[in-house]
Amino acid sequence: MKANCWFGKRDMRVVNVPDPKILNPRDAIVRITSTAICGSDLHLYNGFMPTMEKGDIVGHEFMGEVVEVGPGVKNLSVGDRIVVPFPISCGNCHFCQQTLFSLCENSNPNAPMAEQVFGHSPAGLYGYSHLTGGYAGGQAEYARVPYADVDHVKIPEELTDEQVLFLSDIFPTGYMAAENCDIRPGDTIAIWGCGPVGQFAIKSAYMLGAERVIAIDRIPERLRMAREEAGAETINYEEVNTYDALMEMTGGRGPDACIDAVGLEAHGAPLEYAYDRAKQAMMLETERPIALREAIKACRNGGTVSVPGVYGGFGDKIPLGAFMNKGLTLKTGQTHVQRYMKPLLERVQAGDIDPSFVITHTLSLEEAPKGYQIFCDKQDECIKVVLKP
Amino acid sequence: MEAGRGWFGWIPDFGFAVAGYGGTKLEKKEKLMNEQTLANGLGWFSIGLGLAELLAPEKVGQAIGVKNHHSLLRTLGARELASGVAILAQEKPREALWSRVAGDAIDLGLLGSALRSEGADQQRVIGAIAAVAGVTALDVYCSLQLSSDRKQLAQNGQSTAQPKRNQIRKTITINRSAEEIYAFWRDLENLPRFMNHLKAVSIIDDKRSHWVAKGPAGTEVEWDAEIIEEKPGELIAWRSLPGATVPNAGVVRFEKATGGRGTVVKVNLRYHPPGGAAGATVAKLFGEAPEKQIPVDLLRVKQLLETGEISRTEGQPAGRAESTSAKFDNWLRK
Repeated sequence: MKANCWFGKRDMRVVNVPDPKILNPRDAIVRITSTAICGSDLHLYNGFMPTMEKGDIVGHEFMGEVVEVGPGVKNLSVGDRIVVPFPISCGNCHFCQQTLFSLCENSNPNAPMAEQVFGHSPAGLYGYSHLTGGYAGGQAEYARVPYADVDHVKIPEELTDEQVLFLSDIFPTGYMAAENCDIRPGDTIAIWGCGPVGQFAIKSAYMLGAERVIAIDRIPERLRMAREEAGAETINYEEVNTYDALMEMTGGRGPDACIDAVGLEAHGAPLEYAYDRAKQAMMLETERPIALREAIKACRNGGTVSVPGVYGGFGDKIPLGAFMNKGLTLKTGQTHVQRYMKPLLERVQAGDIDPSFVITHTLSLEEAPKGYQIFCDKQDECIKVVLKP
Repeated sequence: MEAGRGWFGWIPDFGFAVAGYGGTKLEKKEKLMNEQTLANGLGWFSIGLGLAELLAPEKVGQAIGVKNHHSLLRTLGARELASGVAILAQEKPREALWSRVAGDAIDLGLLGSALRSEGADQQRVIGAIAAVAGVTALDVYCSLQLSSDRKQLAQNGQSTAQPKRNQIRKTITINRSAEEIYAFWRDLENLPRFMNHLKAVSIIDDKRSHWVAKGPAGTEVEWDAEIIEEKPGELIAWRSLPGATVPNAGVVRFEKATGGRGTVVKVNLRYHPPGGAAGATVAKLFGEAPEKQIPVDLLRVKQLLETGEISRTEGQPAGRAESTSAKFDNWLRK
């Protein structure tokens, strides 16, 4: 089968690889009908994630038709149409049972390695380096889905792939980010990053009762989508100072909660960006936590900073003094997708939201490398790329 | 390890403290501290001298009665500096001090030939030789002291490089009852299912068993072992019987986790690597490093008991010949 594989920095290639097989009794094999490129895939593309190996199949947002099930899978049949959550979760461990699916203790066969870096290992992920288990990803024609009997939502026929694909990752991610803000009536939420996750965070914040949502970015088409599709007020940080603008817009108090939907590859004001970029080049820092710093500074006293943005290593100059003295709460984590799939699918079915609004490009699987490039360089007004195997 | 001492007259709950060693420990500590002060002094001396040679080679050259060897002096200065830093950076800088002795030998040799060269200020060179000889004596004394300390500690059965090299302890929590985990573990034939280095374990009688492990280069290593203590739902202690190539013993304990969150499983494994070639056998038997192997084994038994299978990626597709990564997956899991 064809699969998109990592071969180095800015080097993705679609090559021929063997078809996946059932390896464990609880596996299933899915024929992939749609798959997408995630913002966090760009960290692999740009060489920021260690423990990648040439030939790794990437991709963790995928859906399709079940074509084979292992003997241990009783609640799925061949022919079922499912969206696959990006964290691999066993369903039996302490964390899965608490619905903390992205913290599964059993799904990462390389857990001792992750333990060295993080203290404890999170769940295995599809196509996201050997630190998370080295699982083959879903930018391919077929994928092996371990623990296939855990909470897979079957998709009704009348919904298109484009309407449900993002239940795999970015819609629940934006939703969990908003949920973590603990939104009360009258709240103002500020969201750094108008990429696809940011767009879903905006929509979710409104769904959860926010009165105002202010979105921050510098790319014109993303700001426009945030305003016109998602309904937010926007700040272009290349035109105004974010903190000053937020102060004015929130009556001097600051937003009640701030969402960092940017993560480790942030851009920002020239000096700060240069500082972090230089440190990265000299291997003194692995992240550029510019958005996080701004969020901590701008957030009102006693507010919440919610971080769906992906970080992998160690950041520098985090304003802990501001964080502590303002009594902020930090909530973060890889999304517990399985927890949200059913309720969010119901929202889609009810017509509350059509997630396909973020899609700007649909390419064939063979064009994946081009998809990565235009997504990364923000060319052709690219916001979200869907691939069709 | 002296022969005939048997090995580890050993109490199952590992509360072993070698009383005799404890008594002389304080004395030894004082002595060590004096040596460390001397070593630190030599370290600072190295740094000072090194900086002088690097930054003012003409002045240093004058002082020792040698003319016009500025770049040589700078090189020697760099070496001095490196030695000094190495000494100060370590707690027991044996190797760094021996490197100082080597450096001293070089210096003496150079000064010796300087003596015979033209334009040398003979008196100053002789003075320099005397000074270096004095420092060399100090370096040699300090190096010998630190080396003998190491031998002493080694003789007492404790490695100085990594104190607990022969013992591995690891704890994991499994979401099953203690009785269930005990029953699974007590059936020793289950062990190869999660301990990768084991090929097979067969039962001889209710206490004894025969173990086969993967040896180096596709060979097999076999030994017999016996259960020396067992308490259902609480602990299993076993040890290899005399004649085993690599004597080893282990205890696994099962305790209730707080809040009813399963069972805490604590493994304490001791193995005794003989020196030389057989030491390599140990590495193959227990994986590259047992400290790495045991956590992976425990993770596997947890997966087996909680999910019914062991998470794996061997056999999955990839854009390369091997399905897994040699550098990461195989290094960790094989």
